[in-house]
Amino acid sequence: MSWISAFLAAIGRTAMGGFALIGRLTLFGLETLSHVFRPPFYPRELLLALFNVGYFSLPVVGLTAVFTGGALALQIYSGGARFNAEAVVPQIVAIGVIRELGPVMVGLMIAARVTSSIAAEIATMKVTEQIDALVTLSTHPMKYLTVPRVLAGLITVPVLVAVGDIIGILGGYVVGVQSLGFSPGAYLKNTVDFIETLDVVSSLVKGAAFGVIATLLGCYYGMRTRRGAQGVGRATKLAVEAAAVLILGANFIITSIFFSA
Amino acid sequence: MIELQHVHKAFGSNRVLRGVTLTIPKATSMVIIGGSGTGKSVALKCILGLVRPDSGLITLDGKDVTKGDRDAFLARFGMLFQGGALFDSLPVWQNVAFRLLRGSLKRPKGEAREIAIEKLRRVGLKPEHADLFPAELSGGMQKRVGLARAIAAEPEIIFFDEPTTGLDPIMAGVINDLIREIVTEMGATAMTITHDMTSVRAIADNVAMLHDGVIQWTGPVAEMDASGDPYLDQFIHGRAEGPIEAVR
Repeated sequence: MSWISAFLAAIGRTAMGGFALIGRLTLFGLETLSHVFRPPFYPRELLLALFNVGYFSLPVVGLTAVFTGGALALQIYSGGARFNAEAVVPQIVAIGVIRELGPVMVGLMIAARVTSSIAAEIATMKVTEQIDALVTLSTHPMKYLTVPRVLAGLITVPVLVAVGDIIGILGGYVVGVQSLGFSPGAYLKNTVDFIETLDVVSSLVKGAAFGVIATLLGCYYGMRTRRGAQGVGRATKLAVEAAAVLILGANFIITSIFFSA
Repeated sequence: MIELQHVHKAFGSNRVLRGVTLTIPKATSMVIIGGSGTGKSVALKCILGLVRPDSGLITLDGKDVTKGDRDAFLARFGMLFQGGALFDSLPVWQNVAFRLLRGSLKRPKGEAREIAIEKLRRVGLKPEHADLFPAELSGGMQKRVGLARAIAAEPEIIFFDEPTTGLDPIMAGVINDLIREIVTEMGATAMTITHDMTSVRAIADNVAMLHDGVIQWTGPVAEMDASGDPYLDQFIHGRAEGPIEAVR
């Protein structure tokens, strides 16, 4: 019996830990939100964050999107051939990229690239007392570090998702036209005709949610770091893991809201 | 005047401060000494509000430091951190002028830069150092930049956390002299944490020794050698034998 109670206790501890984390994250998010609307504001920090989160993520987003779109076109073509549905490649690539693969791929790329860098940067600032220094210089760390990064995630990741969607469809188009024998005009017409406003809106909403999740978690784990270099590494790892899981969880929830019958 | 009355602080089961009571008169230089892990930095961070005490009262000029306008309170302080705590994403001059580039003390950029260069000159650095990044400076130069940042907004109170740690004896002497000169010419209240007895003698008007979470001894630096306190004697002479347990 003792192993059963130990097992149940372990499950209970994990569940309690999970709930506590959600509670702390919620409070952290609400505190961030409260600072968004209260001065002082740091426009220079916001501009830098917009470049770091958005502009400098464009290459990795573009490359992953083009390959994903191309691979998706090949998969749908070969899979569709089993029931004579090769002709639906443009439509399925469009819907697959815009509704799911575009936002999820961009979200995960942002988690890998931006969450990790934010967590490592803020964690290093924490262990080298730079966060304490900010406070002694009358600068609130949430306002100066967290708010600009989270706003940058909210603003730029939907744009990155839109760019990723376009490039992903373009990847499918190139493969479709060059390798699968589709006519360029027909491919584009089928793609454009099939896309609905709701597909695009859901994609952008996902981008905004993923941008907030990725940046907020980077800041949260960075701010909570302790114990030197090991703490920085741990904060970075936890931030990326949590961001990836929450992005996929949020993706399911948003998809359910938009497309559940 | 800064006063700590019966300040307690524990981290889990580790009771770091167990009733610290200390007065730092205005425009004097207080140095707090004590072994590693005795809570010197925690006491300092409690005053600044970076760490919240579990109980006790800390006042500045008779007012509870946890009440009132926090920005106005912090604007009265400057602090030199042990590792410098310079912002590595900003060039040296922007580190020094950080407070002057934002918030209630904001000045035009050109004026802030001029003040930063003047403060850098005051701590023995040249204008050409202003555009370097902290990572491009030696440890001693980083301490000087930290010192320049601490004094940039001409604060009434300056805290120095281990100002000479990691520096060679000559550079440590230079930093000690700079601290003494700056504190005297600004008429500031200073509180320094250090293990370095050379620093104590160079910087202090008054000394307080923190041991076992309480102030073991406090008095003017001139009376330190003849205090007769066995804890203080052991510490200032660096003896392994005595009432302070030394881990071998």
